[in-house]
Amino acid sequence: MLADQDRIFTNLYGWESYSLEAAKMRGDWDNTKDVLAKGRDWIIEEMKLSGLRGRGGAGFPTGMKWSFMPKESKDGRPSYLVINADESEPGTCKDREIMRHDPHKLVEGALIASFAMGAHACYIYVRGEFFNEASNLNKAIKEAYAAGLIGKNACGSGWDFDLVLHRGAGAYICGEETALIESLEGNKGQPRNKPPFPAMAGLYSCPTTVNNVETIAVVPTILRRGGSWFAGIGKDEKNTGTKLFCISGHVNNPCNVEEAMGIPMKELIEKHCGGIRGGWDNLLGVIPGGSSTPVLTKDVCDTVLMDFDSLKAVGTGLGTAGLIVMDKSTDIIECIARLAHFYKHESCGQCTPCREGTGWLWRIMTRMVKGDATIEEIDTLLELTKEIEGHTICALGDAAAWPIQGLIKNFRPVMEDRILQYRKRAA
Amino acid sequence: MPKLKIDNVEIEVAPGTSILQAAEMLGHEVPRFCFHDKLSVPANCRMCLVEVKPGPPKPQASCALSCADNMEVFTDSPMVKKARKGVMEMLLINHPLDCPICDQGGECDLQDQAVGFGFDRSRYYESKRAVKDKNLGPLIKTVMTRCIQCTRCVRFADEVAGTAELGMMNRGEESEIGTFIEKTITTELSGNLIDVCPVGALTSKPYAFQARPWELKKTETIDVHDAVGANIRVDARGNEVMRILPRLNEDVNEEWIDDRTRFAYDGLKRQRLDRPYIRDDKTGRLRPASWDEAFAAVTAKINKSKNVAAFAGPLADAESMVALKDLIGTNLECRTDGTQYDVSSRAGYLFNSTIAGIEEADAILLVGTNPRFEAAMVNARIHKTWRNRRTKIGVVGEQHNLTYPTTYIGSGPSSLEDLVKGKGAFADVLANAKKPIIIIGMGAFKRADGAAVQSLCRELAEKFNAGFNVLHTAASRVAALDIGFVSDKLNVEHMDVVYLLGVDDRETLDRIDPKAFVIYQGHHGDAGAMRADVILPGSAYTEKNGLYVNIEGRVQAAKQAVWAPGEAREDWKIIRALSGYLGRALPYDDLAQLRTRIVKQWSHFGQVDTIVPAEWKKFGGAGKVEAQPFTSPIDNFYITNVITRASLTMAKCAETAAENAARHLEAAE
Repeated sequence: MLADQDRIFTNLYGWESYSLEAAKMRGDWDNTKDVLAKGRDWIIEEMKLSGLRGRGGAGFPTGMKWSFMPKESKDGRPSYLVINADESEPGTCKDREIMRHDPHKLVEGALIASFAMGAHACYIYVRGEFFNEASNLNKAIKEAYAAGLIGKNACGSGWDFDLVLHRGAGAYICGEETALIESLEGNKGQPRNKPPFPAMAGLYSCPTTVNNVETIAVVPTILRRGGSWFAGIGKDEKNTGTKLFCISGHVNNPCNVEEAMGIPMKELIEKHCGGIRGGWDNLLGVIPGGSSTPVLTKDVCDTVLMDFDSLKAVGTGLGTAGLIVMDKSTDIIECIARLAHFYKHESCGQCTPCREGTGWLWRIMTRMVKGDATIEEIDTLLELTKEIEGHTICALGDAAAWPIQGLIKNFRPVMEDRILQYRKRAA
Repeated sequence: MPKLKIDNVEIEVAPGTSILQAAEMLGHEVPRFCFHDKLSVPANCRMCLVEVKPGPPKPQASCALSCADNMEVFTDSPMVKKARKGVMEMLLINHPLDCPICDQGGECDLQDQAVGFGFDRSRYYESKRAVKDKNLGPLIKTVMTRCIQCTRCVRFADEVAGTAELGMMNRGEESEIGTFIEKTITTELSGNLIDVCPVGALTSKPYAFQARPWELKKTETIDVHDAVGANIRVDARGNEVMRILPRLNEDVNEEWIDDRTRFAYDGLKRQRLDRPYIRDDKTGRLRPASWDEAFAAVTAKINKSKNVAAFAGPLADAESMVALKDLIGTNLECRTDGTQYDVSSRAGYLFNSTIAGIEEADAILLVGTNPRFEAAMVNARIHKTWRNRRTKIGVVGEQHNLTYPTTYIGSGPSSLEDLVKGKGAFADVLANAKKPIIIIGMGAFKRADGAAVQSLCRELAEKFNAGFNVLHTAASRVAALDIGFVSDKLNVEHMDVVYLLGVDDRETLDRIDPKAFVIYQGHHGDAGAMRADVILPGSAYTEKNGLYVNIEGRVQAAKQAVWAPGEAREDWKIIRALSGYLGRALPYDDLAQLRTRIVKQWSHFGQVDTIVPAEWKKFGGAGKVEAQPFTSPIDNFYITNVITRASLTMAKCAETAAENAARHLEAAE
């Protein structure tokens, strides 16, 4: 269990004020100038040393991502940092807590990260539904400007830095980095083709890095306490540091909690959430990393560790670390059908497999819930998910396919039984 | 130069070439829907997926991926086949199975590729999606349920037509193509939407349910509705023109044509002169006659008269004009639209920079022209240039919405005088430009001081080292000027006999002496025929082989697609026959002999599809320029000549355009 002194988000629950004054008491904005004075290369090296992997779901090493940005502009194009606060993945609610209760961590991180990438401007794209979060973050930005922490000569470092908050309109797809950039530019939020990657041509065709809120918010603490401190927490050198876990569903005490990477799932649920409703044996399955990751069965949940590679090894992913816990009262088929509806609703409609396929999946899933299907259709369904997966511009197609693949892999007997029951009744 | 292997064949391509294009060079077919050579690449149909090594373990969109060194591409591996089948299945689940009643049938990308790359049966048992049809105006029929959301039409409207009127609304499976608020589209290039649409979502309204593509005889020819000489293909069934499509010519029209070129063909079937007529002395009305009678009447008048003049109208081919010139000799004129300019130097009336050359321009000055109406293909080229290079474009004359931003300099010649003196901000733009060009419309010449305006424009071109370009509106004009079908001073008022070769311009007709004997040779019963004493029925451009010279001086050959109606004959043959009656038979008996005669005197007519550049000499007229502003010669794009005046489709288009304009005005107020 993570020691209290190793916690980064000390005001995760909003027990204290989110104001600048309170944030300073918690250690934010402490000697930011000194951190910046150590230079860009030192910051990036330290980030690499920390082993921090992107907290938005894909888990790409942050230090490496930053190092892709041009060291200096050869053609006059500026660099940008864009912070993805369009947190919409069902089951995930970590970024909103940061913005609500600890916004100064994000503002300070934005300054340091922008400095490390040579960006004088940073945009934070906040999900449309997050009104209070945007409001608190906005207050924090204003406070930071007023205190000279950002703006011209930020923190007295000589670096000019502007931070702009932009509110989206509530589309899930705008959390995809290139769709987010399109939306930020004022276009319809549709993902772009890659390559070129944003580091080559992103916002306004300029080099851009898009990072998750949590990724940026942990940066100041890592740099203050050292990359090796962060790397010392966690399971191994590839899965380091602390992570915010969001546990929802059939647990006695649903919560957000900061824990060490690689904590056993059972420990996480038992210790922080008061266990499963009706005891551990009442567990049916867990979606471990937000709605797009395939569901796990109880026997896997018994032993699995909560980190990128351990979850990958069991055919799912850490994603955003939003655990959706389901006990045995759950109709697992209906759960996944609901997710299928979500992805059908949020598909941008740009590319064929996702536009047409998500609707098709949802329709078959709706019939599967009743059992109004044939056994062979389960195979068709699986095949359809493979027709979508990997064939689309962005990962939404994959995200729509995975939950159903997880369902068929782990709960196929339930589906077959449902179909047989339906047939029996029909006959 | 990246070197890569496609299906184990090595190829070296220019940097920036996409894998799809490289595969195409090798003759490997890569299916696609959203990719179009002339439009941006969204890579959203996912049909062109290929396997690329090294790379992620999933197929890549070949249209959007540039070739790189040491790539290994597989266009037909099991992974690719599976991906294509999947995408094709997804495309078809919501596509109606209505090929038998779909006009795209037989030339449908989806149909062809479904056969080539799809499954042989459907696994889709759910309800299909239905999408409400849109009203895009009198030309484009929509069956939106057939749409596969490739967005080619959206990109065409944005990128080529320059009128961002279409877009994809909503998202996911509810997404549909539309005009945002319900309205008809206003671009004069709208017909190309039909061509770019890979399925039957956007089809031709006038052509709806008229023919199947395999029934049509295809003739590659040249358009005459403006002076650009767009390359077209005339599709005919039996002796009826069923539709007109563009033909690829990168130097002239790329692969687009405007709506007049495409849809005015129904005018070829109405108001036709299909037999000779003679005006009866007693009743004063035209009565049907035989060719013999008609020629006899003409012969009687011409032999008695000393003052015979001949005019060549906007649609005449070079052969008939040469024959008429050979027959009549003097008192010739082709500038029937009332324009005045010096024709002593070829450079003085050509579009010297060439149409493709517009793309190199870094500053463009438009003088007395609305290229959007006068030559929509030239306007599309200017729009493309602006899109690619943000070229600065100045306007002297009327201001119109040209689909790109322009700088208004002034309304009349005084602005040109200022520019010659180097006054004004745009003079600096021209001075700083490396390749400026000036485009002068007929609006600048359709005035008494036209030749002086021409001088002024020449001075301007010389001062800024700019390309001098005249934008004619008549398809026949440059050929007529090349062969000298023109006189310095022609007093129409004093002519006893006037021979009109397809002249229906009021500017000329109104000047003819009411007592004069008028011979009208042409194909439509229009203004010229009304005035005529004898009518000799000729052929329209789809009904004869003929040479035309476009604004650039490019000689192009039109080919006969169908036969002229009734007793109407090819124009040069009528003149040749008449010469026999007059007792001075012209020395050619077939088209080949006539063309030999033409090439002997004007050698550039022998070089079809090439441009012989004109030598830069001093040209233009002296005299004072008047202060009055330039006006545009065309105020209604859809109705400009006898064919369009006879066309119901064009009438509907004009009506819709007027409605749109009125609504625009209302909204503005």
